[in-house]
Amino acid sequence: MKVISLAKVRDTIKDLVQKANFELQDDVVDVIKEMEKKEESPAGKEVIKQILENAKIAKCDKLGLCQDTGLAVFFVELGEDVELKKDDGLGSLRDAFFEGTRAGYEEGYLRKSVVEDPIRRKNTGDNTPAYIHWEVVPGDAFNVTFIAKGGGAENMSAIRMFAPAAGMEGVEDFVVETADKAGSNPCPPIIVGVGVGGNFEYSALLAKKALLRKPLGSHNSDSFYADMERRLLERINNLGIGPQGMGGRITALAVQVEAFPCHIASMPAAVNIQCHSHRVLSFSL
Amino acid sequence: MAEHRIETPVSDEDIAKLRSGDKIFITGYLYTGRDSAHKKLIELVKEGKQLPIDVKGQIIYYVGPTPARPGNPIGSAGPTTSYRMDSYAPTLHSLGLKGTIGKGSRNEEVKESLKKHKGVYLAAVGGAGALISKSIEEAEVIAYPELGPEAIRRIKVKDFPCIVINDMYGGDLYQEGKKKYQKD
Repeated sequence: MKVISLAKVRDTIKDLVQKANFELQDDVVDVIKEMEKKEESPAGKEVIKQILENAKIAKCDKLGLCQDTGLAVFFVELGEDVELKKDDGLGSLRDAFFEGTRAGYEEGYLRKSVVEDPIRRKNTGDNTPAYIHWEVVPGDAFNVTFIAKGGGAENMSAIRMFAPAAGMEGVEDFVVETADKAGSNPCPPIIVGVGVGGNFEYSALLAKKALLRKPLGSHNSDSFYADMERRLLERINNLGIGPQGMGGRITALAVQVEAFPCHIASMPAAVNIQCHSHRVLSFSL
Repeated sequence: MAEHRIETPVSDEDIAKLRSGDKIFITGYLYTGRDSAHKKLIELVKEGKQLPIDVKGQIIYYVGPTPARPGNPIGSAGPTTSYRMDSYAPTLHSLGLKGTIGKGSRNEEVKESLKKHKGVYLAAVGGAGALISKSIEEAEVIAYPELGPEAIRRIKVKDFPCIVINDMYGGDLYQEGKKKYQKD
């Protein structure tokens, strides 16, 4: 049986949240550079230049790529054969995630962007709680993916419960409409995560999972959805919103769609919008 | 697309020169503020009380920076999305605020207010907070320290780069830019 130390989990997370916030990963940089070639608008080109320059400075100076260093969102695959070693005073796996997040956001001079109540809005002061999606899987895997999710892009996300008759066209129009309505707000060029199927809450989770696909811009293994991704990217980039909404060819860097079985009466669709500062990082123990 | 260098505080004449799409570099002092600080400011106005800052001729930068590393005045400091301050901006314009810096579109009330009070709405590049921090030379919390990243700071900037989105003539770069590049 594999034994995983909670202290090790905590320490890995402490480093992970910082690295993700300081270093724009190569797959993201590659897509941005590819899109830079396609951008025609002078303002759009200037924005992309600044985004790439920003990435160099953030990495070199260990500064947040963006001042919104996000909610700390984790997707965890925990193998049912893993034994957790409760060391260094850590009583649970959840504590290890919270402690790692707390320590990483403090040590890295990252912003604390969580309020303890949605209406009363007092900052928790340490960027916890972390938002953790647990999945128990067979075997002894321990896989963690982190996304630092900023508020500006998250606010532009949407969910809709379609009648199945709306079909592919209904879903695609909804995705394009959501990107269009978001306009300049979510820091385009954006990444669009789409979840189709499941149920109300599951479609939203799928949309976020779709954002995590690596490398950025790779397509769904089902050619039906891969084609949908290509059509959606073209339609969104034809909107003309452009980098930072100042007009241009590149409104989105990628569209990534995930689908899941659903009820005979339902066709939920969720669109999770992500900014160009796509901070996703994984580790396995 | 013209380029301008302006210094704060700004006058009506400075604002009159700016057109949507122009690039500007600001030198001088800016005030920072976002959701919670604006809420507090507007409550004071409603109660007829004095504000902790005099907004006349000033520019407010919508930002909640990351904490400063030792030796730096500020951390990463890019713009936040401006529409959340739409309901507050016209009141501050009426008190003499000349400009706001953020990202993303403003509502019709704000655009009308810019025309009426001779103001301007500027954008900095969202998600370029590390780069932008290099144009900030000093930062000092001057009100609401309990708000942490949302406190009001006075920051000294040098050649702080922005683009004019909404000018005092009704120009709107977001609408104009989109129209130019959209395909059917």
